[in-house]
Amino acid sequence: MRRSHVTVLVHLVLVAAAVVTLVPLLWMVSASLMPAGEASAVPPRWIPSAPTLAHYRELFARLDLARAFANSLLIAVTVTLVSVTLNALAGYAFARFEFVGRDRTFRVLLAALVVPGQLGMLPLFLMLRELGLVNTYWGVLVPGLASIFGIFLVRQYALSIPQSLLDAARVDGAGELRLFWSLVVPICKPVLVTLAIFTFMGTWNDFLWPLIVLSDTRLQTLPVALANLLGEHVQDTELMMAGAVLTVLPVVVVFLALQRSYIEGIVTGSVKQ
Amino acid sequence: MMGRRLGALRVNPAYLFVAPALAAIVAFFFVPVVASVALSFTDFDIYAVADRENLRVLGLGNYTHLVGDGLFWVAVRNTLLFVLLAAPLSIAASLGAALLLSAPVTRWKAAFRTALFLPVVTTLVAVAVVWRYAFHPRTGLLNAVLATIGIGPFDWLGDPRFAMPAIVVMTIWKNFGFNMVILVAGLQSIPESLYEAARIDGAGSAARFRHVTLPMLAPTLFFVSVMTLIGDLQLFAEPYVMTQGGPAHATLSVVLLMYLEGFRWWNMGYAAAIAVALFAIMLALTAVARRAGALAAGEEAA
Repeated sequence: MRRSHVTVLVHLVLVAAAVVTLVPLLWMVSASLMPAGEASAVPPRWIPSAPTLAHYRELFARLDLARAFANSLLIAVTVTLVSVTLNALAGYAFARFEFVGRDRTFRVLLAALVVPGQLGMLPLFLMLRELGLVNTYWGVLVPGLASIFGIFLVRQYALSIPQSLLDAARVDGAGELRLFWSLVVPICKPVLVTLAIFTFMGTWNDFLWPLIVLSDTRLQTLPVALANLLGEHVQDTELMMAGAVLTVLPVVVVFLALQRSYIEGIVTGSVKQ
Repeated sequence: MMGRRLGALRVNPAYLFVAPALAAIVAFFFVPVVASVALSFTDFDIYAVADRENLRVLGLGNYTHLVGDGLFWVAVRNTLLFVLLAAPLSIAASLGAALLLSAPVTRWKAAFRTALFLPVVTTLVAVAVVWRYAFHPRTGLLNAVLATIGIGPFDWLGDPRFAMPAIVVMTIWKNFGFNMVILVAGLQSIPESLYEAARIDGAGSAARFRHVTLPMLAPTLFFVSVMTLIGDLQLFAEPYVMTQGGPAHATLSVVLLMYLEGFRWWNMGYAAAIAVALFAIMLALTAVARRAGALAAGEEAA
């Protein structure tokens, strides 16, 4: 094959692949704007005949998905702030302090990375029930307060901080906590941003744990509310598509705005050292 | 020296730095995981939820029950079928896409990468809802598209033969971009000099792929295989949203069964045994994968 033929073929396949990945998402948006019934027409329609926001209005006005949206936002933002802070503190300490049991503790943490979260869900639920935290925001938050992956990510980055910088600050008499906030956090900013995006998206998209812990509809997160909506409104394709758009919109926006950090994070996280 | 070490230990700020994160991880991850094993030796059920007095220790009772439970084996078979289909196909798709994205002739790489990666960041529940409609036998997009090339129609989610393959299709669509970006990074780290040397030795593009790309990419491929295996074994939201485990239990996964036993029917002890069994399956398959990886590496070296 001539080189120009290869070039054309490569791009044809890539365009075809991009069509496959994007069409379901584009159709979701398009169908959410269609008048009732149009999204289940035969043969299928691709573009709304008369675009309408009626389904979004119904989601907010009658079905109270605004509340679920707010719940999701509150939970995802809280988990992100707390977990990035705790993981940064711990990751930095594992990288730059010497303390008894450091390496052994870190090895145990790494080994536990392969243990799936579902394994502990039943006892965790019973524990939280005992503490009266089932059906509260706290109950959803607790498994996300810190993460082994986050500690690992920060540690890898913090290993590269020049020792001379830390020493110089210590000579100037900076306390360890001040040194952390004024020197380590600014240097580690790229990895902390990456970790924040990861945590926000992971928490926003999470399904099984919020499904288990939150049965009170006023506390439910958006994915759980959407799954419940499907039970009553399975015939209302356009309404369900509007709900799906509302659910993916924040994570897609965050990704498109910050995709470089996000993809770098995946690559760093997968190159275990 | 010893005294200084001890003195340093007393004021070592490191403990204050690691304590909050470790406390959270121990309390909300390690303790529940260990407690899960303990729970699996009991008959913790709706009566025990109401009153701890009703709790009995069964020893291995839940596990002997599990071995004889037809539904559990259906769930195991479904989950393994899902992994066996979804993992290799999605890694093949990831590798293909990564090779195309890394090809020297490819233009608009960033735009293609974003487009192919986008499903990865979407909310699984939301896109499972979208695909549920796309799989509709009469009004769904997929059958409409297939009809244009004269295939179908299929009752994707309503036919026990097609329901799991349908979930596999959706999963590959959603996930292949993740491994794709890892493989792109892996491809970038292969030194150009190796390709040069192979070219000088007269190797064609197929030979260069076979003798340079694949061996150099093997560690990355192995890593994504194991991670995909572990992730796919946890299949839950797709059948929960798209099929509720049906039709005729054709898409009942192990985690879905655990959820139903534990949180729908309150058989917490039995559900814990299912969770432990899944973890055992995960460890066994990972060990097999490691063994296979080591064998392949050995062959490559020989």
